[in-house]
Amino acid sequence: MQTFKPVLLEAVGIPDGYTLASYKSRGGYAPLERILAQKKPLDVVDMVKASGLRGRGGAGFSTGLKWTFLPKDHPGPIYLCINADESEPGTFNNRILMEDDPHQMIEGTILSAFATRASTAYIYLRYEYPQSWDRLQGAIDEAYAAGYLGNNIRGSGFSLNIYLHRGAAAYICGEETGLIESLEGKRAWPRIKPPFPAVEGLFQKPTVVNNVETMACVAQIARRGVDWFRSIGVPSDPNNPRDPGSYGPKLYCLSGHVEKPGCYEAPLGLTVRQLIDHFGGGVWKGRKAKAAIPGGISMGLFTEAEFDTPLDFAGPGRVGCLGLGTAAVVVLDETVSMVDFLHNSCRFFAHESCGQCTPCREGTSWSLRLLERIKAGKGRLKDLELLLEIGNTMGMMPGSTICGLADGAAWPIKNAIQKFRSEFEDFIRKTNPLGWMVTDPVPALQIISAH
Amino acid sequence: MIASNRNPNRILTDPMLEKIEALAPRYPNRRALTLPALHIVNDVLRHVPLEAVAEVAAVLGLAPADVQDTLSFYGFFHQEQPAGRVRAWVCRSISCALRGGEEVLETICHAAGIQPGGTTADGSITIESAECLGACDFAPCMLANKDLHKNLTPETAVAFLQSVRGRPE
Repeated sequence: MQTFKPVLLEAVGIPDGYTLASYKSRGGYAPLERILAQKKPLDVVDMVKASGLRGRGGAGFSTGLKWTFLPKDHPGPIYLCINADESEPGTFNNRILMEDDPHQMIEGTILSAFATRASTAYIYLRYEYPQSWDRLQGAIDEAYAAGYLGNNIRGSGFSLNIYLHRGAAAYICGEETGLIESLEGKRAWPRIKPPFPAVEGLFQKPTVVNNVETMACVAQIARRGVDWFRSIGVPSDPNNPRDPGSYGPKLYCLSGHVEKPGCYEAPLGLTVRQLIDHFGGGVWKGRKAKAAIPGGISMGLFTEAEFDTPLDFAGPGRVGCLGLGTAAVVVLDETVSMVDFLHNSCRFFAHESCGQCTPCREGTSWSLRLLERIKAGKGRLKDLELLLEIGNTMGMMPGSTICGLADGAAWPIKNAIQKFRSEFEDFIRKTNPLGWMVTDPVPALQIISAH
Repeated sequence: MIASNRNPNRILTDPMLEKIEALAPRYPNRRALTLPALHIVNDVLRHVPLEAVAEVAAVLGLAPADVQDTLSFYGFFHQEQPAGRVRAWVCRSISCALRGGEEVLETICHAAGIQPGGTTADGSITIESAECLGACDFAPCMLANKDLHKNLTPETAVAFLQSVRGRPE
């Protein structure tokens, strides 16, 4: 494997790497000054479009293209929201970016606001990151004092305020329209689209929502250039005109059963096996791996045999996963019961479903009840069919919900049962020797409420 | 605006009101101040009783039900009684669960004599389960007020509990 010198994580390990002085000593804010002095907003849009940057929050949509959906010549205000509500189980790259190099994402935010003609940017930060809050607020204060924020930045005529907004521990606020509703002071119920936020978003104004790592990438593209960015990662498939490629460095979060969990930077397209062997120090305790989550729990599961699948935007989909997601890899060793894994996943989504769409509210909570029943030794083989029916019918893809949370809840169910079916069947037969074959309705177990 | 002299029993203090008003210019309407205002109250009182909800609503020009609707969605703000002086969240999501997070939660709750979500009788600590704290590189982990406790074992979690309980008010 080629060695790759970290760029997005270059400040990690540098004493006081989070300060303005350190960031400037590494070349930070010079690109911003140059662009504000010489370029127009459209030049920045073109630069980001040309780089092929795709959003790092999970969906992988082209960042530059997203910006072009804003109405032309809008009188304003236009809002930029930075999604720092990182809550996908297994994911912590944004936390590291905000704690160790907050100025990088702030420079990216200023450049993105300039490109989108936004004069206000809100950083929606999850409550669980108090250290990130302090570092970001410190960096914002430094940036104001240095004249990178506020009115008429560096005499360019461009003005921008950045405000931190604190969340209150709800996964759904990471969905972009849920985030917007939450910012407006309401329950974080995702909106039906269209209208898309670019047309009618925060406070009914055109709005762009971008992820923290995406902002860090924008800052590095401005500093190092489009060609640098496109020299990294996986080029678009020449046989597929609709494949925009997977360019640039990516922060992979590696956790679970590895010797050295951590956030590691490498080109897009690395495999799970390379991550475990090269960065993770191998599977822990000398054990074998059984499976891995490829990009946050909502993306589903790789079996060990699928560990050579490239982690680019197209790779995980080829083995039946939902997508690359956040590239957060969680390794499960050979001792893990897939029943326990799926119970944990279903409990998470039952807790975090916002309750707006009935198929998701009921589907996530019934799937948890089924897993509770199976774990309690009262499962029936029919329950696997019921779980798959839930998995196949809730979500945006079957068209039954407003947002993708239910698709994320469905994928672990579908992948776990399809890829590890015999383990589920053996468990049910063994733990419920008298009832595994029953197909009649059964009364629900007395369960502790998931909410 | 609630004038300071209007209700001697009011819950929102002048410093709280000043903090809320200081944030007002950041947003084009006052409804967007809902979460910031609830946090300002909760930071001091460690809960947001219904009376405070009504006062926040009056300050923001909203119906109390508007604010309560938002508050109750998040499941974050205690209402009946204040959370403990230390509010601890033990992560139960997948990366922590794979490395013993559930055992940590069970052990520390058992040692404290409470169920997850409960507060000890002396008010020193509230222990809750959390979904992914975003610190999977340090699993299993716990956030206690603003401090992240990393790579916990049942023993280190109980040692932390004892240090909290021995702490004077």
